[in-house]
Amino acid sequence: MQDEEAAKKLFPPGALDDPTSVGLTRAKAVQLATEDSPFPLEVGESLGPVWVEYETYGTLNSAKSNVILVVHALSGDAHVAGWDIAAIETGRRWRLRKPGWWDTVVGPGKPLDPAHYFIICANVLGSCYGTTGPGSINPRTGKPYGLTFPMVTVGDWVRLQAMLLDHLGIERVLAVVGGSLGGQQVIEWMMAYPDRVEKAIVLAASAKLSAQGLAFNAVGRHTIMNDPHFNGGDFYGSPVPAQGLAAARMLAHITYLSEAAMDMKFGRRLREKAKPDFDFGIEFEVESYLAYQGQSFVERFDANSYLYITRAMDYYDAAASWGGGDLTEACSRVSADVMVVSFSSDWLYPPSQCRELAIALCRCRRPVTYIEVPSSYGHDAFLVETEVVGRLLRDFLKKDAHP
Amino acid sequence: MTEPAPEWEDRLTRLLFRQAVEDDPEALHRKLARLVDVLEAEEKTRARRQDITITDKNGAYRWDHELIERHIPDGASVLDLGCGSGTLLARLISTKHVRGQGIEIDSEKVLQCVANGVPAFQTNLDDGLAGFPDESFDFVVLEETVQTLHRPLTVLTEMVRVGRRGIVTFPNFGHWQVRLDLALSGRMPITRALPYEWFESPNIHPLALSDFEACIQEQGIRIVEGHVLADGSVHPLNPDDNLFAEEVMLIIERAQ
Repeated sequence: MQDEEAAKKLFPPGALDDPTSVGLTRAKAVQLATEDSPFPLEVGESLGPVWVEYETYGTLNSAKSNVILVVHALSGDAHVAGWDIAAIETGRRWRLRKPGWWDTVVGPGKPLDPAHYFIICANVLGSCYGTTGPGSINPRTGKPYGLTFPMVTVGDWVRLQAMLLDHLGIERVLAVVGGSLGGQQVIEWMMAYPDRVEKAIVLAASAKLSAQGLAFNAVGRHTIMNDPHFNGGDFYGSPVPAQGLAAARMLAHITYLSEAAMDMKFGRRLREKAKPDFDFGIEFEVESYLAYQGQSFVERFDANSYLYITRAMDYYDAAASWGGGDLTEACSRVSADVMVVSFSSDWLYPPSQCRELAIALCRCRRPVTYIEVPSSYGHDAFLVETEVVGRLLRDFLKKDAHP
Repeated sequence: MTEPAPEWEDRLTRLLFRQAVEDDPEALHRKLARLVDVLEAEEKTRARRQDITITDKNGAYRWDHELIERHIPDGASVLDLGCGSGTLLARLISTKHVRGQGIEIDSEKVLQCVANGVPAFQTNLDDGLAGFPDESFDFVVLEETVQTLHRPLTVLTEMVRVGRRGIVTFPNFGHWQVRLDLALSGRMPITRALPYEWFESPNIHPLALSDFEACIQEQGIRIVEGHVLADGSVHPLNPDDNLFAEEVMLIIERAQ
């Protein structure tokens, strides 16, 4: 309680008075598998206990027909919107400075309005925000799993989310929506549980990651695993592989922007100086930006989780999982109304690859909306282009809103 | 209407005479008589800019929508190529419960489709319909679009592959007013159906009804049925319509 009062004082001035914010939030946690009754994984092993952290906004209607499942991307969490009252007690103090990751979209009067929808988001398995992951204690050893944590997949994440819905007594969702790695979970949802999804909204994601994407992830993991503090993943309670994780994040941030976006945002401007210092410190604005992103990521993310989640991203291939390698075959399972949104300057999940999913759905005679939003923001556009994304969400969902 | 100047009339007569020189005198006489009727019915014979009520893609009304609606049975599947903001499909989805899919090149219009509850796929029609299997739709509609395509023949043959039937509508460049406008002003014609200056026109491949008839035969396509907008009313296609139809709507299928 003391922490809550302290937190309220530390949020930015006026944050709690914003009428378009969901206001204060507190995550819930539920145990969905135990040591005796573990969660079976795609790789053949099983895991228990499994805890899932999730947040909800709005109220479930009596027909249980107003559920929107939001799925988060690589470094995301269950805290989609509003101000986390538990930011201090959970040690997530960065949440005192910023609202949830999709606060621009979720809130009163916003495209995903809690007045109409019951919005759910769960942290994925293997992450570091409350759901069981490599930083959790292995009950058999009494120590964090580290790299003894089993490999988890996008399929596992979605199956666990389905168990969460079972736990909440929800059979069918009005929509599943997510971007990037979240978009891939949406794809998995519409194929794995066609009867449980009415509408599927895939933002900036394709049915599999390209070779170029695999390459970026490989370099990111390489820097982490070769950090002198990595210690085979056993670094809990001692210095963490901060340099490796920061470098991985810096590289990833390059892939989230575009050449045009970087030019627009930073150009070749020097950092707070008129002339260069002719040394290897931070000279340019763009260097400063990346260094900041890297450092702040270290403060909030577990290096092992980064390894596991990027691996899940690498392995994901909807065609292989559901169509024996044929995406059209995989799409023949889908019965949801699907909207695929790509962004013109995205080079992590480029429009040409997002489009393949839409074409495969067309081949299956499914009605599909595919749009290539003109944007110079690169992959980040799915979070930045809130006006057009908001408009799409609102319009795609509106006909079936059940307040 | 203002009385046409004698010189004007003379030039028109010669023009029409040449156009109909292969016909028998009776047919020529009939055409002339009808043309005079049409001319008298017109407020202006050669307005360079008029209200665009028949080519308004985003407007609620288009002359051919009712016609298309009548031709499409309840529950059919319809692919609309160049669907704009989805006006036609929205109408067909609500009145005929069709399985509708639009294709549109412009992202802003796709956004409007989403707002209208119409599924639309953003792509360039000139890239073909390679994603769509044979006969995956009952009808494929190409409304006011054929004259804007880079590769119209590819799209027409794709239409009758992907759909059991195609419905094509376009402004007829053979319409007397178009001919007259060009003949008398010596400049690119601007009419109600073709309202653009040459430099702003999306119509890169304008065509006459007769051009269409000639080219589809070579593509192994035949016209099943046709309707035209002429003299302000809609009627079934007849042999004089290359001269009198302002707009045409043709139902096509593979000839075999």
